[in-house]
Amino acid sequence: MSSTNDFAFKIATVNGTGSASANTLVMQSIFRMGIPVTGKNVFPSNIQGLPTWYEVRVSGDGWNARRQEIDLVIAMNPETYAKDVAAVRSGGYLLYDSTWPLPSALERDDINIIGVPCGEMCVNAFERDRDRVLLRNIVYTGALAALIGIDTDIIDALLTEKFSKKKKLLDANFKAVRLGYDYAAKHYECPLPFSLSPLNKTSGHILMDGNTAFGLGAVFAGATVGAWYPITPSTSLMDAFTAFCKKYRTNADGTKKYLIIQAEDELAAAGMVIGANWAGARAFTATAGPGISLMQEFIGLAYYAEMPAVVVDVQRVGPSTGMPTRTQQADLLACAYASHGDTKHICLYPSDPAECFTMAPMSFDLAETFMTPVFVLSDLDIGMNDWMIPKLEWDDSYVPARGNVLTAEQVAEISKWSRFHDTGGGIPSRTLPGSGGKGAFFTRGSGHSLSGAYTEDSAEYQAVLDRIALKFKTAEGAVPKPEFHGSGDNEIGLVALGGTRGAVIEAMDRLESQGVTCDFMRIKAFPFGPEVTEFLESHDKLFVVEQNRDAQLRSMIAIETGTARDKMIPVLDYAGLPLTPAVVVDGVRAGLGQTQQLAGVQS
Amino acid sequence: MTSIAKPPVKHPGLPKNGLGLTKRDYEGAMSTLCAGCGHDSVTAALISAFWELDVPPHKAAKMSGIGCSSKTTAYFMKQSHGFNSVHGRMPSLTSGANAANRSLMYIGISGDGDSLSIGLGQLCHAIRRNVHMLYLIENNGVYGLTKGQFSASADVGSTAKKGEANQNAPIDPILLALTLGATFVARSFSGDKTQLVPILKAGLRHNGFALIDIISPCVSFNDHEGSTKSYKFTREHEVELAPVDFVPLRKEISAEQKDAGGVTSVSMHDGSVVRFRKTPESYDATDRNTAYTHVKECHDRGEIATGLLYLEEGSTSEMHTLNKTVETPLVDVPYGELCPGSGALAELMGEYR
Ligand SMILES: Cc1ncc(C[n+]2csc(CCOP(=O)(O)OP(=O)(O)O)c2C)c(N)n1
Ligand code: SF4
Ligand SMILES: [Mg+2]
Repeated sequence: MSSTNDFAFKIATVNGTGSASANTLVMQSIFRMGIPVTGKNVFPSNIQGLPTWYEVRVSGDGWNARRQEIDLVIAMNPETYAKDVAAVRSGGYLLYDSTWPLPSALERDDINIIGVPCGEMCVNAFERDRDRVLLRNIVYTGALAALIGIDTDIIDALLTEKFSKKKKLLDANFKAVRLGYDYAAKHYECPLPFSLSPLNKTSGHILMDGNTAFGLGAVFAGATVGAWYPITPSTSLMDAFTAFCKKYRTNADGTKKYLIIQAEDELAAAGMVIGANWAGARAFTATAGPGISLMQEFIGLAYYAEMPAVVVDVQRVGPSTGMPTRTQQADLLACAYASHGDTKHICLYPSDPAECFTMAPMSFDLAETFMTPVFVLSDLDIGMNDWMIPKLEWDDSYVPARGNVLTAEQVAEISKWSRFHDTGGGIPSRTLPGSGGKGAFFTRGSGHSLSGAYTEDSAEYQAVLDRIALKFKTAEGAVPKPEFHGSGDNEIGLVALGGTRGAVIEAMDRLESQGVTCDFMRIKAFPFGPEVTEFLESHDKLFVVEQNRDAQLRSMIAIETGTARDKMIPVLDYAGLPLTPAVVVDGVRAGLGQTQQLAGVQS
Repeated sequence: MTSIAKPPVKHPGLPKNGLGLTKRDYEGAMSTLCAGCGHDSVTAALISAFWELDVPPHKAAKMSGIGCSSKTTAYFMKQSHGFNSVHGRMPSLTSGANAANRSLMYIGISGDGDSLSIGLGQLCHAIRRNVHMLYLIENNGVYGLTKGQFSASADVGSTAKKGEANQNAPIDPILLALTLGATFVARSFSGDKTQLVPILKAGLRHNGFALIDIISPCVSFNDHEGSTKSYKFTREHEVELAPVDFVPLRKEISAEQKDAGGVTSVSMHDGSVVRFRKTPESYDATDRNTAYTHVKECHDRGEIATGLLYLEEGSTSEMHTLNKTVETPLVDVPYGELCPGSGALAELMGEYR
């Protein structure tokens, strides 16, 4: 069985040994050969010493979901040999560091084993301990290049870009690549039956992770204040915002047109964001589940006092601390209905880093237009993995939608301005502190009337709460509409949101080849608009695919649209890794009664 | 000082400040606190301070948490924006607002429950961050709004209304602030307007975090025999250390002339001056250790040290100074200067291939 540009391999290493940059090098080289590629980092919540894996899928057809079937495992961590040998598909290959021999008990007859003494060669070739550890990663990169046909000129070019100012290091890297390449080429038949062949399918594209993309998008959106508390997997988002601000918002004299506060906790981060928005800045925070839990009270304040705020939740595995370095979509309910009392929040669900970028300005526009918190629900897979996406573009005609903010002059023209009166669609108007005139108002989280005065009067209280509900209804028309795939005429409809998009689309393709045709609706935002309801109504059998245990999206759909629960079969995957198409295929077929129900799929 | 709204009713007889405004223009909604509550006296002192300093009401922002004390932001300067937020979280809200618009005068009003229990962390970090704001703790030793439970500032042995005595050691916000590096630390008493008003004025002019702990008795739950936060106890045990005069910039020249021996002056960042009168030779209000020792010694004698206890002007640790934020408030930086534009993005994309 030979195949070109269609296989998956997995690299097993130890956290903190420099393998991350080698893995990026591998992925980038394939990308530069013009071949679509995806990389998924499966890493521990640890700084140094624990096992880590990097899964790479090469797909000339451009499929970008994680693949369950692994053709080649590069086992560089003797500690996990057993697991890694077991991960190879039957007929597949194992490349291991023969410096540490494979215990015979682990050998399998149904796979091909390739030993390359990476460690030993490094010890012989390099003097310093540090080099010996780091360059071992480059040695396996070289061996891999020979085995699957990575263009070594491209590897060399990438290394040169990286180490152009460090000649000695560059030479050592070159040497390491050769060591691995030559050894593999000399001792084994290269390339393997599956290998790479240059294409022209990545031009106009980039490799970027979602946290970088949102951080960049926030700069373009005009955000000036960021407040945060470090938490995996969101930390690199504020790091990116900081780096781009430094690059684009620092004056020649060193003064800054931004202020980023590392707060004492997520409560404070939420408070800072709300305070800054109240004062008129575009401000946001990025966090993960535990932070969302801490922010609840403040979110309710912003909702009821009608203050904009953007909160990015880069979801990780819960509950509680959970598995901080694994991915999930399990904060859907926690965000949509965050805080006590009657609350509902606008949520955006980016499916990849490209949407993290476009949804950044969108989230601020929505938050300011509707004067309410907006959640952007990314996840670890989107946020921290590099995805191949079209080059980001910016439309210079973009004008931030700052909402119904009145100046002192505008207030003066209104006979009796009041903060919470409906100006259309349930949306009120506001003024900014410092603006003067008759527009000063008092913001409170306690009961207030439409004029903003403290109240304990039932009718006055209700008038405000009902108007906020109307405002949320209006938001249905302003949030992005769902994305549809398929003819629309099928009986079966798949529903999903966020980063599972690729896996679902690939599953549709596979199902079709098995005689099951479906339509697919990818929800992009909450509240759900009429398009969502229409799809739900026009399909007799619905499968809701999501990465949590309790079918949270299905619950939201049932609550918000009245769709009967038993019409929606959940396809659930909550083990913490990016979704594979196989789970969806199996889930749908099981739901149709075509196969036995499989593990990881519940109804 | 762009537009000041005209007061609805004219009071020709009332004195006007430099902006032509009367004290009535600095008033707010009617207080709903208990008659005799110390907090109302603080509100009155604030009205005087803002009026005397010629602060344009719209240039001030009133921030608070939750509690009887926190409610008082509604009771003065109705022409200023105000934000009565959630319990104990006013510091973060103010930090964010100040980050966005550094040109406003921020006044945060809190209680001992709001600041020393639920909000202790936020208070500490706002001090560390040296957020430019005036921070008042209207300290009554109890949770007034939830009907009289002991707060973290109740002294050991201090009795509640029903007679039970507090056993836990109190948190003294003054010692706390001194330890955390606060650059303006004062204590006063709601019943002593002569002392309080100049301190408030000095605090408003301080370039950084100014903490004023104000003993402000709760007449409903903590103003009885045995309470160390009662009017009687405070009057009898107050030790005013360094009475201060605050001399705003426009009166600077005459103030210099009146200066005499025994007076130490500290210049504020805007050129106004704080003068410490009758300061004992031994006390140096610009020395943190002196302040710390003095407050501790008074406490050990069962006395309450009041006055402007510590002042450090010209510190470079103020949040924006440290950050090197542009002078223009971030809210006023035009979008065109914030967005790098399509060209920059196209160029950046080359780095992600
Ligand atoms: C999260 C939360 N917990 C509890 C309360 C109830 N609560 C309201 S005010 C208050 C105490 C206020 O005490 P303090 O700050 O000293 O103000 P005072 O009323 O004494 O002026 C409490 C516990 C609340 N509002 N929010
Ligand atoms: S309960 Fe106490 S603190 Fe509250 S208003 Fe009454 S006297 Fe003041
Ligand atoms: Mg109190």
